[in-house]
Amino acid sequence: MSVRQGAVEVEVDADWRGIPRELLRMRRLLLVLALAPLAVVSGGLLGWLLTPALAACAVLPLAGLAWGWRVLERNWRSWKYAERADDLLISRGVLWRELTIVPYGRMQLVEVTSGPLERYFGLASVRLRTAAAGTDACIPGLDPREAARLRDRLTELGETRSAGL
Amino acid sequence: MSAGEGKSGNSAGEADGVTVAAPSLSESSLNESSLSEPSLNESPRTAPSRSRSPQSRPSGSRSPQSGPLERRLHPVTPLRRAWAPLAFVAFLVKQDWARDWLLGLDKALLTAGVVLAVLASVAYGVQSWRCTYYALTDTELRIRTGLLFRRTAHLRLDRIQAVEVAEPLLARFLGVAKLKIDVIGTENKDELAFLGKKEARALRAELLALAAGFTPETAGGAGEAPARDLARVAPRMLAVAVLLNTAVWMAVLSGVFGAVAVWWLSDSVLAAGAALLSAGGAVWAVTGGRYLKEYDWTVGDSPDGLRLDHGLLDRQHETVPPGRVQAVRIVRPLLWRMKGWMRVELDVAGTSEGVLLPVTDPHTAQTVIARILPRTDLAAVREGLRPASRRARWVAPVRWRGWRWTADGTVFAASKGLLTQTLTLVPHAKAQSVRLTQGPVKRLLKLADVWVDTGADTTVVARGRDAQEALAIVVGQAERSRTGRRTAAPDRWMSGGGVVGDGQASGRPVVDGPVVGRRPAVGRGPAVGGPDGSGAVKDGEA
Repeated sequence: MSVRQGAVEVEVDADWRGIPRELLRMRRLLLVLALAPLAVVSGGLLGWLLTPALAACAVLPLAGLAWGWRVLERNWRSWKYAERADDLLISRGVLWRELTIVPYGRMQLVEVTSGPLERYFGLASVRLRTAAAGTDACIPGLDPREAARLRDRLTELGETRSAGL
Repeated sequence: MSAGEGKSGNSAGEADGVTVAAPSLSESSLNESSLSEPSLNESPRTAPSRSRSPQSRPSGSRSPQSGPLERRLHPVTPLRRAWAPLAFVAFLVKQDWARDWLLGLDKALLTAGVVLAVLASVAYGVQSWRCTYYALTDTELRIRTGLLFRRTAHLRLDRIQAVEVAEPLLARFLGVAKLKIDVIGTENKDELAFLGKKEARALRAELLALAAGFTPETAGGAGEAPARDLARVAPRMLAVAVLLNTAVWMAVLSGVFGAVAVWWLSDSVLAAGAALLSAGGAVWAVTGGRYLKEYDWTVGDSPDGLRLDHGLLDRQHETVPPGRVQAVRIVRPLLWRMKGWMRVELDVAGTSEGVLLPVTDPHTAQTVIARILPRTDLAAVREGLRPASRRARWVAPVRWRGWRWTADGTVFAASKGLLTQTLTLVPHAKAQSVRLTQGPVKRLLKLADVWVDTGADTTVVARGRDAQEALAIVVGQAERSRTGRRTAAPDRWMSGGGVVGDGQASGRPVVDGPVVGRRPAVGRGPAVGGPDGSGAVKDGEA
């Protein structure tokens, strides 16, 4: 875990933490699983059944794959979170940037979830709920130990600084 | 839901399971034995005569040994079910196919059938009335109903947002009223219908007093404390305001224009009349209907909150606890601004609509709002509104002029709209989270938006701010909502830091929101599922 400095004009000075690389690996795997068969099917079948020239159709999914491959990395790099004395900061997004600040005292519930795929990659997500439905503060792809630590710390802080509605 | 946890008589319902804000925790089962409520398993004691108001209950009636005293609803309640078959027959008569079939039947048979159906529904009503009870304990209101499916609802007093007494026209003649109770985190209101008018008021008073943090001993007399009138909307002012509504004129114009167009095209007066009629209906909804609903709007001040009484035919009596208001909205339609009038609305968690004053002048608005936001000067806030960055005109060439924002020590305020100006104030203490967003276009323009989320599921946005300014707003807002919390009134706003009822420290957080964690199977991952909400009031922890 290292502190990364985002080179953007909107930046809060805090002890930012990034997200483990496994999340990127997982997302890239999903991307490949989605687009590679498409490329094979579209290019291979069309080229084989109709004319070889139509095999060029495979270029589209492949281009999407190459583009997605890079975009996913940029997106993954943009995710970071910081625990300050009284609130949690979550910053994410490249084109659509969003910075969310949730005071510890407002947290109603901290969830740690981990689906089968996430478990395979050894990841877990932490989701915070406040009384507001609009607050969607979720940190995906954390190390389970880190997720559990974060959950416990947030819950503890939430109790000491508690303030419901 | 941990409904099976051991509960002792007094702290019954204080167990974790009950703090889950599922829509008024209910247990459905066919046999009573699974009810976890010892006092509810006993055969119901007969209700005392109705004339006894809740205050005159013997003080020992809520002791753990005897359990809470259960009471029944008003005896006229079953009658409201008698309408159903009549309405059904009327509906059938309207349908062509059914009418022929009905007319073909023997008259005597038909009458007998209808009478039977009415009797059956009355009988059902009486039966369901007989097995509906409500009981008030120190910490909750319990409603037990259900003929076939037992349902026990426990409404925690410290989660009550608002209690209103509604008197539909017919109920007014019979001298009964409905009690609607809003609890945090539920979709719809729980109703007690019907209660005697006096009883309903007394119960409302008691509920609010307990929710406000009076002790049960003092609650009896505290609730119906005389309300002091803060504001009253004169019928004439309301009428003028309704007529000055831009929407009304739009509807009238479009109606007339539409009718003329129909007449022109179809050459049939009948069709034009029909078009006019439908437009008239729309106009009526925003004029007459509104006028009837908001007639004689009175805002009173009482220790347990703001009292709102209104209505010409159906009287409504609502009480809004000031501690539960998440945001205040001030709406100023175009034509009202000539007179300087405004409409004041409230966002209270758990309620769909909250009008505080349908129409008012700035001075009265300030008086009433001061009761909710004591340290906010409305005029100063409106003065302090700062326009959006000029670069925002590339995003919204016209609308950007309406985007304004300000914040002071107590509220975050943002306004929008040019024809109808809407200014929303969120007390810092009620802000749940702050967000800054910036899309690609706004990034090029060095703009950003700031969002403040409140517990009533409303979000206030300061749009089109300069990016650096937006960042300062967000960081400052985080700071302000933290400090705003410390100086805010406690949720049980009458307790003033004392010890309440069963020894819960006052100002204890009221946790709300659905505390429902998805619990996927635990594999190699971490312990899954959420801990209880922060600071949920747990059993025996005081």
